[in-house]
Amino acid sequence: MTTATLIDSWTMTRRGLAHWARQPVQVAVQLVFPVMMLLMFAYFLGGGMTVPGGGDYKEYLVPGTFALTMVFGLEGTMLAITQDLNKGVIDRFRSMPMARSAVLVGRSMLDMLQSAFGLLVLVGVGLAMGWRWHGGLGDGLLALGLLLWLRFAMLWLGIFLGMAAGRPEMVQAVQILVWPLGFLSNVFASPETMPDWLGALAVWNPMSATATAIRELFGGPGGGGGSWAADHAQLLATCWPLALIAVFLPLAVRRYGRLSR
Amino acid sequence: MADSDPAIVVEGLRKTYRDKQALAGLDLTVPQGTVHAVLGPNGAGKTTCVRILATLLRPDGGRAEVAGYDVLRDPDQVRYRIGLVGQHAAVDEELSGRQNLEMFGRLYHLGGRRAAARADELLERFGLAETGTKAVGRYSGGMRRRLDLAASLIMRPRILFLDEPTTGLDPRGRTEVWNAVRSLVDGGTTVLLTTQYLEEADQLADRVCVIDGGRAIADGTADELKARLGGDRIEVVLRDAGQLSAAASVVGMATRAAEVGTDPDRRRLGARVTDRVAALTETVRALAAAGIEAEDIVLRRPTLDEVFLHLTGEPVRADAAEEEISV
Repeated sequence: MTTATLIDSWTMTRRGLAHWARQPVQVAVQLVFPVMMLLMFAYFLGGGMTVPGGGDYKEYLVPGTFALTMVFGLEGTMLAITQDLNKGVIDRFRSMPMARSAVLVGRSMLDMLQSAFGLLVLVGVGLAMGWRWHGGLGDGLLALGLLLWLRFAMLWLGIFLGMAAGRPEMVQAVQILVWPLGFLSNVFASPETMPDWLGALAVWNPMSATATAIRELFGGPGGGGGSWAADHAQLLATCWPLALIAVFLPLAVRRYGRLSR
Repeated sequence: MADSDPAIVVEGLRKTYRDKQALAGLDLTVPQGTVHAVLGPNGAGKTTCVRILATLLRPDGGRAEVAGYDVLRDPDQVRYRIGLVGQHAAVDEELSGRQNLEMFGRLYHLGGRRAAARADELLERFGLAETGTKAVGRYSGGMRRRLDLAASLIMRPRILFLDEPTTGLDPRGRTEVWNAVRSLVDGGTTVLLTTQYLEEADQLADRVCVIDGGRAIADGTADELKARLGGDRIEVVLRDAGQLSAAASVVGMATRAAEVGTDPDRRRLGARVTDRVAALTETVRALAAAGIEAEDIVLRRPTLDEVFLHLTGEPVRADAAEEEISV
């Protein structure tokens, strides 16, 4: 990455920050949504939940919600990129001698910033609810790193899907699909409680790998045990996002370059 | 690029979208420091041409050079030398005018301080200095277009593309944009302007290239094109259809028109004239002297429709604006 790319990407990131400054309510809503999910599952549904191998459901749920929030970030990225590309201003960017990748890199920096901040808020709410991390500080930071790594993969998937969808209306259709994919995991309930074939899918969901890995690292219940995927969660939590990035980052960049066809 | 080299050279440019051919071998040469209008109906290929020249779109065939650089081989060199004002304002609607200009200045790698200084200059020059922190989304159409123009002038481009710059503007907004373009041209900028309005080409352009079906079908000064049509047209509606033939000979004498057409059903006669004002005053005077009462007298400029009818032998496909000047 050249200096010009970095400078232009930073200019594009600043553009996004200026948008935030103008829409504080929208930013707040995006931060509040995962908190709401966490509170609803903990207090509306949590009473009926049991943790595989025993333990407090909140200890199981909070890390799961962290992972889910990273995956749901996909929706925001998709929407933002389609809105960006449908705006007239993109023509000006493309007719200027700026780095071609700056629009996408700027978007990714902005979304990572937002997700990191959102994760901090969620950790704060989790702690207030009584969730604790029992492992060391290093393990805790590694867990947060794995979460952001998953988010980074979702970011490039989102940029690609957003460009493929083309129009903001099409994004809604894709967004609906994120929900079943998000719930088909071990985020809220153990895959052991699902029908066998669904459970098998849920175990291999990339999000399940990250959720299991961070539960281990935080030293809470629900980590490890049962299947190969669960036993190698940290490996999968590293490799799944890597594979997604390896596929979708080049696809997204190529697709952006093809806007001129 | 030497001073005598053309600012824009287009040779045999072709572009097809899926099954629709937008450009079918367009040729165009624009000398430096001139205003060249590309005139044509919707779908003639005007916007496609500008988007290729502004490096936004890849042509399927042919060659395009801007400021001496090939648009495909050296797009960044082209981008440093052009400004683009599209049909839709290409500015960030959620930011203020100043934020927009500063952002674009940074993206041109001016650095923060120079970008800010240039933004101040341009806001002042385009009468937008008082807009403060208001988001561009809340600007009027004319203000937005002026900001768009300001954004495309950050680098003092040698060549400016204006793609239907006044479409959708009210007359006041149109005048604002025209004045801005005129002052640029005084500064030596080469302007390529697309328009559907003959009047706009007439007002702003040194030369006009008429395109249809993705090809240039005529090229010349606005006066040359109008001369080919035989100039403006005067039309007189009489109170009494019985006086039509007498009136026709009076008007023919007064305007020295070669031919005067009559339409008894509508009590109307019409003739091509070269000198608008003289034709009008002479007609009014001669009719009064002959005691013939006119219900209405209209001077019409040739419309785009008529230019097309004349050049292609078929009417323009899209709706073309027809302007009438009633007296």
